[in-house]
Parts: sequence; C-alpha cells; structure tokens
Amino acid sequence: MDWISPRTLKRLGMLNMNQRNVNYIARYNERSSYPLVDNKLKTKLVVAEYGVKTPRLLQVVKHQHEISHFREMAEGLAGFAIKPAKGSGGKGITVITGRDEDYFVKASGARVGAPVLERHLTNILAGLYSLAGTPDVAIVENLVESAPSLARYSHQGVPDIRIVVFQGYPVMAMLRLATTASDGKANLHQGAVGVGLDIGSGKSLNAVQFNRPITLHPDTGLALENIDINDWEEMLEMASRCYEATGLGYMGVDLVVDANEGPLLLELNARPGLAIQMANGRGLLPRLRAVESLKRPHFTPRERANYAMETFASL
Amino acid sequence: MTSPSRLPFYIAVLLLISAGISLAVWRHIELGIPWLTGEQRPVWMIEARVDFDGADEPVVASLNIPEQPPGFRILTEQAASPGYGFSIIDKSGSRRAEWTKREVSGPQTLYFKAQFIPDPGAQPTQPSQQPRTQRLFWEEPQATAVREILSQAEARSSTPESMTRELIRLMQPDTRVQNTTLLVSEENYLPLLVNMLNHSGIPARTADGLKLEDARRRQQLIPFLQIYNGERWLTLNPKTAAQGVPEDILLWRQGSESLLDVVGGDNSEISFSMLRQTIPALQLAAMQSDGKGLGFLSFYELPIEEQSMFRMLLLLPLGALVVAFMRIVIGIRTSGTFMPVLIAVAFVQTTLVPGLIAFLSVVSIGLAMRGYLSSLNLLLVSRISALIILVIFITAGLSVFGYQMGFNTGMTVTFFPMVIIAWTIERMSILWEEEGGQEVLVQGSGSLFVAICAYLLMSAPLAGHLTFNFPELHFAILGLILLMGQYTGYKLTELKRFTPMKAYD
Repeated sequence: MDWISPRTLKRLGMLNMNQRNVNYIARYNERSSYPLVDNKLKTKLVVAEYGVKTPRLLQVVKHQHEISHFREMAEGLAGFAIKPAKGSGGKGITVITGRDEDYFVKASGARVGAPVLERHLTNILAGLYSLAGTPDVAIVENLVESAPSLARYSHQGVPDIRIVVFQGYPVMAMLRLATTASDGKANLHQGAVGVGLDIGSGKSLNAVQFNRPITLHPDTGLALENIDINDWEEMLEMASRCYEATGLGYMGVDLVVDANEGPLLLELNARPGLAIQMANGRGLLPRLRAVESLKRPHFTPRERANYAMETFASL
Repeated sequence: MTSPSRLPFYIAVLLLISAGISLAVWRHIELGIPWLTGEQRPVWMIEARVDFDGADEPVVASLNIPEQPPGFRILTEQAASPGYGFSIIDKSGSRRAEWTKREVSGPQTLYFKAQFIPDPGAQPTQPSQQPRTQRLFWEEPQATAVREILSQAEARSSTPESMTRELIRLMQPDTRVQNTTLLVSEENYLPLLVNMLNHSGIPARTADGLKLEDARRRQQLIPFLQIYNGERWLTLNPKTAAQGVPEDILLWRQGSESLLDVVGGDNSEISFSMLRQTIPALQLAAMQSDGKGLGFLSFYELPIEEQSMFRMLLLLPLGALVVAFMRIVIGIRTSGTFMPVLIAVAFVQTTLVPGLIAFLSVVSIGLAMRGYLSSLNLLLVSRISALIILVIFITAGLSVFGYQMGFNTGMTVTFFPMVIIAWTIERMSILWEEEGGQEVLVQGSGSLFVAICAYLLMSAPLAGHLTFNFPELHFAILGLILLMGQYTGYKLTELKRFTPMKAYD
C-alpha cells in the first residue's frame, strides 16, 4: 500500500473533505441558496438576469397533462436534451441527437419512439430521479453542440469545464472528458478524465482518471497535454458572475463550449468535489486563503477574473 | 468573512465531557456503583436469636438493635417470629425491636436478621448534647481506694483518653496494687471501670460488639468500653486499652442500657449467628440508591420492562460514536448514514454470525427480487412499499425454512428492522444501476464493517454496564461527537486517495 503523509498534503495545500464541509461549504454557502443550484430551472432563470447564457430552454413540463404538448414541440427539432430539474449527477438526462423518420435517436445511437420519451417525462414528474423522490419538473433544452476543438477529446458525451468559484473568484478549473468507463458522463468518480487547466491561460496541466495520473485519453488515444481553451477570460468572468446570481460563496460552475453560441452554463454545484486538485496537481488551500485574506475584494466579475488569472497561476 | 472564535465551543465541549465524567465518578463514590461488571461486595448477615419461656401472660420482648455501628452500614432488617406483633422503636438514642403477644406459654424463639455492609466511612451520629456523668456514692474503704487510683491515673495523664488508658493499666492483674485488688473482681471489672470514669468526670458507658467470623453460630457479645472525650464517643478495649473498633467487630449495642428486656417471660437468652455473603455490587448500589441524593439519576426505579428497553436505547449513542468516527476520521463509505447502527442493534439481539448470515441472505434475495421490480418501472413509494412486503416474505420464509431444517438461527431474522432492510436493498440496487457492482461492494462491505465494529463495542458487557448505570457518560459521548464535528483534518482514506499528489511535491 502506498500512502501520502498528512504533512506532505498540508504542504501541498490539499483541501480535504472535512475541511471543505466545515470551513467552506458550511461557512460560505447559505442554506437558503441551495434550491437555486439544486434546481436547474431556477438556476437558468436566475443566471439569465446576470447575463450568463445557458442552453436555450425549449419547454418546461410541470404537469402530467402538459406532456401531450411535447410531441408538437419536438416535431421540428433535430436535437434536444430532457433533464429533471432536481436531478443530480446526470441522473435521468436523455439526450436526443437526431431524428430517424418517426424515431428519436439517442446519443448512444439507440432509436426510441415518442411514447418512450413521454414515459420518461412522467417518471421525471413523479420524482424518480430527484433527490429524496420529491415531485419534479422536466425541462427540455436545446442540444449543446460541442465545439469540435474540444469534442474530439471526449468519447461520446459533451466535455465540460468545471470551475471552482470562491467568493466570486475563479480559483481552479479543469476540463472533464467522458470515457467509455464513465458511460458518456462527465463525472470524475464514474471514470471521466479530469484535465487540470492553468487558471492563468486555460492551457492543460495534468490529467487524471480514477484518481490516477494519465497522459493519453483512454478511448480516443489523444494526448492531453496541449489542450488550449479559447475565450478563457470570458469563461472565467462568466463563472465569476454566477456568484452575484446565487450568493453561494463556494461552488462549482460547469460550463460547456457550444459550437454556435460559445460558452454556456450547464449547471451549478454547491458541493464541488476535491478531485480537481489532483487534476491540477495543486492544492486549493493557498488560493482559498489568498481570497480570504483580501483586504479589498474586487467588485466586478471582470476584475475578479483578471485578479485570479494574474495571481493564482503561481499559487 | 471573519471566522467566529471556536474557543467558547471548545470550552462548552470540555465542560460537557468533564461534567459527564465527574458526575459518573461522584455517583461511583456516593452510591457505590461499580465501574466494572460482576464486582462483588461482602455483606454480613447476622441473626439474633432470642429464647425465653412464656408464663401464660402478655409478653413484651424488647431487643436492642444496632443503630449506625461504626464501620458498617445497615442494608436490610427483618424479624421472623410467627404470631407476634413486631415493630422497631426509635427512642432516646437507642433503637429497639419489640415483639408483643397477648398469650404466650412454653418455650419461644424470636429471630431478628440484619445485613451489614462494611463501610470504613460510616460513623455513628454525634450526640446532640453533652452526655452527663453520674457520680456514684462509694462506701469506705472503696471510696479511698477509688480516690487513690484515680489520682494516680490522673497524675500520669492529660486527656480523657490517656486517663482511661492509665486507669485500665492500673487495674490489670500484673500491675495491681493493694487498692485495686480490694476493688476488682472478675465480674465487676467493667461496671467498676465505667463507674470510676464517671466518678472522675469522664462520661463512660459499656457497649457490646460481635466478632464477625464466617458461618459461626451461638456467638456471644464481647463487651467494650466507650468514653466521651468532649467531642465524640470513643471505643476502647477494656482489657488492653486499645482504642478504636477492630475491623471485624460490629458494635451491636452502644448507648443503650440493656440488650434484651423480656416482660412476661423467663429464662430469656440471646445468641447470634452470622454468615458472610457476597452480593453483586450493582445490586447493592441499586438497593441503596433510593432515597439518596443522586438516586433519582438512575434507571433502577423504572419498571423492569422499561429498564431493558433503556438498556438497548442507551447503547445507541455508542453506535453513533462509532459511525461518526468511521466516517469522519477513517473515511469509510457506508450506504445510509445510520443504517450500520440499526444493523448492529439487530446483531446485538441475534449475535454476530447468525445475524450476519441472516442479514446477507435477506439482502441478497431482496436484491434479486428488486431487479425484477426495477424492470416494472414503478414509482418510488410503491416500489419501496412492495419491497417492504417482499422483505417480510423473505424473513418469514427464512424463519420457517430454517426452523424446518432444524436451524434456530433462521428465526433471528425477525430482529432486523424490515423498513431499514427494504431501504438498504433499494439504495444498493440504485447504486448498482448507477455506479456499478464495485461501488455496491465497497459501500456494502463498508456498512457491514462499521456495523460489526459498532456491534463489538455495543455487545461488550462493560459497555452495556457503563451506559446503563452511568447514563451521564453520554454527555462525554456527546462531547466527543461534537468535537468530531469540528475535525477538519485528513481522513485516513484520503491519505490513500491523494497519494498521486506525491509527484507534485
């Protein structure tokens, strides 16, 4: 067995689970703000007021009888995604990428009929995918078409960018790439690849899968060391803006880069995981402490993003 | 944002823990509740037997019984004497057991039994007012002899104690001079001593003690001398002048004039028999707890049924402590936060191995059935409800099957909380679908491991003993759990998880 000593971890500034829960989530995240991020519909509406773009909302299904409108709405659409508003960890998300006569084609290539999707909507409304099984709302969103420059790294699924935002400062970022093991999902604990991104430039640092360092994507075989994210500053500013929208002091912001619309906000997370540190090869603590010790915080998202780019790259 | 000072919190937790522990220590000392199980305490059972012949008239037999003998505490008292009225009478500094009967003839036997616990700290209550000395009128030539001896003793002493010692020494056969020989005879030695001391102004009286030896019968009382030194009564051996009551002597009579008075009977005599018994210290504490200052803080007064329920309930905090430790400090993942505690409680009732077998078989059969439910695409509530009914079917089936096969262990399945098992199966099954079998294995074995740890702690006899008899120790457990809630260090599993970070050091 191979162990790392607590002293080494401390020297690296690694944030741990207990510390994250006690010193950051419990202290900086208002309980009352949680529904904002746990409900994707609410998130969409609230960040829109702050100028943060999200995938276009096509339909909201709140009641059983509204499901009958789904077919008309879906008639002219090529691709869309059905999501439970309160789902977590990608549960209950069905992505339709195209049409094949009367059938809908799922991301995996399987063809399903409209009744299947309608039953899926019923299940969502009944709370099958929501936390604690409470009744839920289904949202239908425009399909995100990932920018080709990033999409080629991911096996199925859309690659997304997780940015940890602390007190409005983007402190750490990583690119998450789906793999066969993760079943097309961008969840690290399910086997997605995490690629650490330099907060100053948006260039890739290290990559991990299942907490182990890797250099090539296990499915696409592409080298992960020279990825460069476009519009990096804009994305950081976008992430930073979510702080004003939600008031959550410590959160994870998940962005995707759409081929047509540019960066879009996918969802927010009030309890972002710790694996981002391993993807970056850096601990979060020095950056979090730097923000905590700021005497005069910056007021605009742009100032905060610039400060983060200048300061945190070296921490 | 400034972080509020944690100091008040730590002080509060410290207070909580120390309050719990000191209360337990206090009750241990005050009530004698033992720290360990199975501790035994000696108890002396002493039986006084009174014999007399009835003379066809109403009888009152009055026996002096101990009241606060030094070095002992009275645990129980009872009288056995068919047909007699019995009562214990407290009057003017002496307790007497009184038997009464209208018509008595022929030989009679009365018994009085009492249990005494050795307790070095027990002391007789102090007399509220100064005892008086009674001066006796002595006839010549005794008067001169007494004066002589007393002045001799007085010349060589300074305190009532030393005066008494000197006097006793002077009255011993080997030091006797003419004066003493004149006064002392074998029968009147002790009364004479008492009279002379009273004459010299030192309050003195006789007392009777019993030498405690295991399984003795027909024991007689040994006379002792007691003098009052201005503060309290001191007990001396009238022959050797040794001060204090030896440990194996129980003073049966002190302060009272007579040991036994029988009115309406002849040939009365008394004898004692004794037995050394041991009783569990816990039982002793329970017997003594009522009426004492801290006795209300215990569960001994509750009905037995409630007591056994509390025995179980009071173990739960230990399980919670184990879960908190395992999850916060070690970092073991469990399915459901406190499911392991409930499983551990069931294990306490079933014992470990049969419980494990029963639990694993119910859960695995349940998982197989849940697989079918899953394909039905039911809603959550009805799925869980169906699962609960299935779990009951499985347990019933296992019990009946086990019983028919001759395994009684099959019956223990019924101890498991059905709803909890149903939820466990549901969670495991969802986990299986979403994260794969490996995660089910990790969380399942994590839960079982924590459950077994909690079981081992909860089933330890000492744990049950301490939690039930010192419920205040739960304050300390609460304090520990609160402290753990503030632990921000690395979990043990994180040291493993973050190992690849070595490369960046």
